[in-house]
Amino acid sequence: MDMKATKKLGLKERYNLMTRDLAWSPSYQAVKDVFPYMEYEGIKIHDWDKFEDPFRMTMDSYWKYQAEKERKLYAIIDAFTQNNGHLGVTDGRYINTLKLFLTGVSPLEYMAHRGFAHVGRQYPGAGPRVACMMQSLDEIRHAQTQIHSLSNYNKHYNGFADWRHQHDRVWYLSVPKSFFDDAVSAGPFEFIVAIGFAFEYVLTNLLFVPFISGAAYNGDMGAMAFGFSAQSDESRHMTLGLEIIKFILEQDPDNLPIVQAWLDKWFWRGYRVLTLVAMMMDYMLPKRVMSWKEAWEIYAEQNGAALFNDLARYGIKVPKGWEQACKDKDHLSHQAWNVFYNYGAAAPFHTWAPSEKDMDWLSAKYPETFDKYYRPLWQHYAKEQAEGKRFYNGTLPMLCQVCQVPMFFTEPDDPTKIAYRESEYKGMKYHCCSDGCKHIFDNEPEKYAQSWLPVHQIYQGNCFPEDVDPSSPDFNPLAEVLRWYKIRQGEDNMDYADSPDKKNFENWRSQATGN
Amino acid sequence: MSNVFIAFQKNEDSRAIVNAILADNPGAIVSDQPAMVKIDVPGHLVVRKATIEEEIGRAFDLQEMQVHLITMSGNVDETDDEFTLTWHQ
Amino acid sequence: MQIDLRTVSITPLRQTYNHIAERLGADKPASRYIEGTMNVQPDANFHYRPTWDPQHELFDPRRTRLVMRDWYALKDPRQFYYGAYTQARARMQEVAEADFEFVEERGLADRYDDAARRKALDFYVPLRHVAWGANMNGAYQCAYGYGTAITQPCLYAGMDQLGIAQYLTRLGLLLGNQGELEAGKQAWLQAPAWQGLRRLVEDTWVLKDWFELFVAQNLVLDGVLFALAYKEVDQVLSEQAGPVVSMLTRFQAEWGQDANKWVDAVMKVAAAESPENKELLSHWYAHWRGRVQQALAPIAELALGAAGADALARSVAAVDGRMNKAGLTLA
Repeated sequence: MDMKATKKLGLKERYNLMTRDLAWSPSYQAVKDVFPYMEYEGIKIHDWDKFEDPFRMTMDSYWKYQAEKERKLYAIIDAFTQNNGHLGVTDGRYINTLKLFLTGVSPLEYMAHRGFAHVGRQYPGAGPRVACMMQSLDEIRHAQTQIHSLSNYNKHYNGFADWRHQHDRVWYLSVPKSFFDDAVSAGPFEFIVAIGFAFEYVLTNLLFVPFISGAAYNGDMGAMAFGFSAQSDESRHMTLGLEIIKFILEQDPDNLPIVQAWLDKWFWRGYRVLTLVAMMMDYMLPKRVMSWKEAWEIYAEQNGAALFNDLARYGIKVPKGWEQACKDKDHLSHQAWNVFYNYGAAAPFHTWAPSEKDMDWLSAKYPETFDKYYRPLWQHYAKEQAEGKRFYNGTLPMLCQVCQVPMFFTEPDDPTKIAYRESEYKGMKYHCCSDGCKHIFDNEPEKYAQSWLPVHQIYQGNCFPEDVDPSSPDFNPLAEVLRWYKIRQGEDNMDYADSPDKKNFENWRSQATGN
Repeated sequence: MSNVFIAFQKNEDSRAIVNAILADNPGAIVSDQPAMVKIDVPGHLVVRKATIEEEIGRAFDLQEMQVHLITMSGNVDETDDEFTLTWHQ
Repeated sequence: MQIDLRTVSITPLRQTYNHIAERLGADKPASRYIEGTMNVQPDANFHYRPTWDPQHELFDPRRTRLVMRDWYALKDPRQFYYGAYTQARARMQEVAEADFEFVEERGLADRYDDAARRKALDFYVPLRHVAWGANMNGAYQCAYGYGTAITQPCLYAGMDQLGIAQYLTRLGLLLGNQGELEAGKQAWLQAPAWQGLRRLVEDTWVLKDWFELFVAQNLVLDGVLFALAYKEVDQVLSEQAGPVVSMLTRFQAEWGQDANKWVDAVMKVAAAESPENKELLSHWYAHWRGRVQQALAPIAELALGAAGADALARSVAAVDGRMNKAGLTLA
């Protein structure tokens, strides 16, 4: 056979043969039947081949590099476990941030896995399909490495053991659950803008840097290891998010208003979920990395400015609600932790009031707001606690119909006034926490009217174990809800000061360092 | 002019990558933390395979960089020889 | 001398997560596969109906006619969670890479017998498109299936097929060149011998029932095609011209064995669940068996001439044998 002139194929060309060239347009079945969801959102794509995947990974490379990451990661997890690494964290309080993570965030990784499998199947373009499917693979990696990393904490501390059950039922966990349900139930284009771009690009650093750095600063090598390891996948995800949004915008000018509206919605919904991170950073980390305010300034204001300057050439504007989020940075974490302090009896993780030292740090980081609005509150709680009357709120909060966060948020220009917004739909009144959420509701009322609001559900009697008799004289609704939540009274909940976690952590630590 | 940035886990292999980036990007600012190294550069950052190979002493596929990568910002472009991050402003 | 290493021993409060302990029947240590798989998919209190499928919940067992009391009975005997999966595939990848390098560096591709080369290119290159179709179907099953136990390995299989498509592409480039890939694609799109198979693949793309799709793709098409391509045809080429093609398709041959283990376990448990399931699965099996046989006949002939029919019959019989063992009623 004559020698063919094989010119060496460049990365781009080779990758094309390994992806795009594998696909073809069906002729025995209608394209519309093979890809049925491409039109109903109004997005117009004329040429799917214009999507460029900068990373251009083939499956053989994927297996090779991902396996290497897994080997390294599990070696660290094993070492951490064998060495009772959990005793090396700064303080037992830190472990409560991990409970928040496993119950709140890890299930979202799983939702992302299924969501990306869905869009990975539904886009007609081979390029985005492959990138989305790889992301689906990555996301189950994240879900499982987190479940595995935190498994050793589950063995020794409370509040981890019923993560699945609790994510699907407990009042504050419907905040992240509804966020991702919203994205996956939306159309394929909205999903990718919501998650690929708004969440994985714009907001991702605000979720991961606090948790991972928090782990590193507080001696938690296990969580830090999975955090850093996951982040290397995130760089591919961020790239997909940015590339896909540019692609959609370049395909047709009619796409701009649709994409902008999604950006506005998902920035706001994502920002609301980050409420939990804000309070975690400022109030739950014994050794703090930086304040929420600082994180917002670096990762949102500076980074975001660079990003939106770059996207301005497409006509994209800074999302609605950006200004309010910037104003809120001085208040968010304090107001949120106050709510969790209040409802400490009803959550499967421990809460506590900040110490004097903690408050000095908060003062320094929030010079305009902490001493004026929040220190007096914490001093009041501390006083009551010292008198043996640690406050636990016995009523239930009203949740926002959209973000499902308890409605504690104050007006952007008046931190002494709680913000209430109302909408009517089919003869029913719906309540939202802000203009941002009300706007989202008003745009798709038929969607948000479906929300499974945990507090509404409790009041409707849907959150009691089957053997409960509400007519019995000693019926205690809160106790029964806790049973239904699988929150064990006096073990998973209440103040850290009285917790078995604290006792165990201190006993074990002295066992490991004494004779 | 906004910065692009790239951050790596701190380990033996990433040391070589970081050194290569510093050699090829005169405007680079390094932030050296216990477990992570972050490099900021105004507007545009380039990672060159050839420079890394010099530093690391063996063949290096740019895709291998992903094992150590933590996060980054900017528009990505990758060829066999170079990986770049850019803000178009 | 005996060295007795000690670490500080702390008595844990529990061995595993509560939902895992419930499944295990006791609080005992659980494997990473179990902790990372069982109950991981949500099954309650979804907030919104999908706008793309308002008849169903986000995850809904009614997206298939198959009925399971417990979808997590469909465990993967390979116990693939992500870490185990990638590490298993990375080992296979290393071997495949070494094989490709070996063939290239020793000039074995260049010196390969021309007639065998032609046969190999004509038969294997268009199969890269079948693999692409399988990749799409794996994503479908993962997206709309029910329970992590089955959806997880369906995605892995789909991504494996992308890998297989890419290895077939490299085979085309190594034994031939870019022009061969183009020719193979043209054949896929237009040559009469390939149209039955292409039609079959496109028909799988519109199957709504994800478990029927599992039967059509993972059981029947993969089962028969891999036996035909990576056993029957490979053997003939090897006898004719040496093991070059075997080396370049080693990944697929090993993958087929690995995947069959999983598929057989799933089918067995699903069929044993109820007489209704057994009937349904047997019905699906019969239907797709017929279709696959029909679609593969011309390409068996393309590769093996008159011997193609017997080779195909043996490949079908192999899957029949597996399904007999799994408890299906074969027509």
